Amino acid sequence: MPQMNMVQAINDALRHEMRRDQRVVVLGEDVGKVGGVFRVTQGLFDEFGDDRVIDTPLSEGGIIGTAIGMALYGLVPVPEIQFSDFIFPAYDQIVSELAKYRYRSGGEYPAKLVIRTPTGGGIRGGHYHSQSPEAQFIHVAGLKVVCPSNPADAKGLLLASIRDPDPVLFFEPKRIYRAAKGEVPEGDFTVPLGKASVVRKGQNVTIVVWGAMLYEALEAANQAAAQGIDCEVIDLRTLWPLDIETIITSVKKTGRVVVVHEAPKSCGLGGEIVALINEKAFLHLEAPPKRVTGFDTPFPYTLEMEYLPLSHRILPAIIETARY
Amino acid sequence: MSTATQPASSLASTASGGSTDGSVHPVARHPLDAHAPDVVRVLRDDGTLDPANDPGLRSDEVLTLYRAMVRARLLDERLVLLQRQGRIGFHIGCLGEEASILGSAFAMRENDWIFPCYREFAAALWRGMPLQRYVDNMFGNTNDPVKGRQMPDHYTWKRGKFGSVSSPIGTQITQAVGFAWAAKIRKEDLTALVYFGDGATSSNEFHNGMNFAGVFKTPVVFFCRNNGWAISVPTERQTASETFAQKGVAYGVPGVRCDGNDLFAVIKVTRDAVARAARGEGPTIIEALTYRLSGHSTSDDPKAYRPEAGVDPWKKLDPIPRLRRYIERTIGWTDAQDKELEAELDAELKAAIAVSEKTALPSLESMFEDVFGELPWHLQEQRDELLRGPRAKGHGH
Repeated sequence: MPQMNMVQAINDALRHEMRRDQRVVVLGEDVGKVGGVFRVTQGLFDEFGDDRVIDTPLSEGGIIGTAIGMALYGLVPVPEIQFSDFIFPAYDQIVSELAKYRYRSGGEYPAKLVIRTPTGGGIRGGHYHSQSPEAQFIHVAGLKVVCPSNPADAKGLLLASIRDPDPVLFFEPKRIYRAAKGEVPEGDFTVPLGKASVVRKGQNVTIVVWGAMLYEALEAANQAAAQGIDCEVIDLRTLWPLDIETIITSVKKTGRVVVVHEAPKSCGLGGEIVALINEKAFLHLEAPPKRVTGFDTPFPYTLEMEYLPLSHRILPAIIETARY
Repeated sequence: MSTATQPASSLASTASGGSTDGSVHPVARHPLDAHAPDVVRVLRDDGTLDPANDPGLRSDEVLTLYRAMVRARLLDERLVLLQRQGRIGFHIGCLGEEASILGSAFAMRENDWIFPCYREFAAALWRGMPLQRYVDNMFGNTNDPVKGRQMPDHYTWKRGKFGSVSSPIGTQITQAVGFAWAAKIRKEDLTALVYFGDGATSSNEFHNGMNFAGVFKTPVVFFCRNNGWAISVPTERQTASETFAQKGVAYGVPGVRCDGNDLFAVIKVTRDAVARAARGEGPTIIEALTYRLSGHSTSDDPKAYRPEAGVDPWKKLDPIPRLRRYIERTIGWTDAQDKELEAELDAELKAAIAVSEKTALPSLESMFEDVFGELPWHLQEQRDELLRGPRAKGHGH
């Protein structure tokens, strides 16, 4: 299997699906000739032409609104929002329109498309290039939310998202776009939506994490192991609907849980995961579930490494939970 | 400047705020503006047609359209009464705008699509939605096309190539552009007509939609019903532009104004716009000058913000009596025939209401369907919890 980074794997997925399914079109700002600001769509314009790889005017609302119209027609649009921070001008189209179309039309108009967008911090981008807004979409009925952590998953989850009957927000952790490398299956390869991955098996503490923070959680788990704490690390992959079964199975085994995410703490997905664990495995808990997250401030520029829930903040939470 | 295909540049020449006599005054919002030289008008006051722009309808077509307009008027009146009686929750009508809606729907070809705003039930009925289904939507029962999930007047009719109604203003505009754009990419000969009011021209989506459509020359017809009001806010508070049609100039989209209470004028300009789109020449924005004779909806009392005297001139321009004068003159339509028609339509509506009121509400389970293609675990859990739990009182379950 070829080695790829995440950018190459996502590009490979798009190319594969565009060859396989003539209905798939890519649109967004700079996705054409330049291949996207992160070069994720590089080369697609040359192969598929400007009818299928479309440089649009600079308007997120316009990109998503027109993509919805394309989906109603029967195309399978994969719009790109250049940074997830810029998704808010399209928020109304996503939450009031895209998410509701199937429901509000009694099933007549299922609008399916995949919104790809780089997300998260750690690239010295300040708060307009670093946010993690996934929870704001999980709260909306009708959307699926995905966030891969490695190249193979990025390809497999993207192909599954494009073929899924529902609208999907596909958050790509840009901090690991090129840093995460690995073998990626060639040709047709999907990773099913809604299935988490147990990345590290362990007995003492369950760590639930996704995206770029997976590597921080693994680093913290290795450090905890040196202190005799055996962590199980679960990479959610699909954030919504999440794989509650894998989480609960693990928590029933370990009795202790730490949830890690970059997004602000309050009303984040971590809070929802903890609530679900309380509902479904309360009597198995040996310690209060903990969250290690970004803070409820705008994302800072200079102090971003203090804002992010890196291993130096995850490790004490693991130890505290393990020794409770 | 009296044809529907006039270039955008000619509109721009009237956009400076000056009038032809050199005086400067706000134009465009007086009812007599329908007589302004750039406004396409076909049906004259005496019931004859201007041969220069006559779309050439057969008399049976005109009668069918007259019947549809009267039916829309009757539905509006009766549905308001039903809401006042507490039998339905809401109605948002098209009183006074029947010619704009039916003329434009009539002018679309069979393969063309309509993206509605929310006042266009007459267009949905024209496109084949059965009256029963429309009334079912008013009651939100199990046969409602949207299964009781949206307010009344938020219907859909895909079989009739008629879109889905959303409450947020203007969102359908970019969607229509995307739809038409996809058709163009696929080289299919279809046009999408999108309805919106003057208020929607203030929305992001109007600008997004016009800009994308202009850039990509999508086969879309922007149909702005300038009915004078966005709930309580008058046209003057929506724009400082002299006209809505002239907004096309900024996007490279030709604009045309028509007397929106003149069925023939609406048909003429819409047909021209559709033909232009079909030739691959791109979008057109139509500003139909009409007037919302009633309130915004049954939740709104216009007496709070507009004097009746302002409405009176528009009552004289009511599209139904104007068309009536034409059919009186051409085929000798009589008061007795009007009465007969109204009785027939009333009976049809009463029968539909009787059926709708007796039709069961949607099942409890249906609340959880169509959120996703398949029911995920969290919705299964919540559905089971609802089914096991106590029922709300007085809601039929």
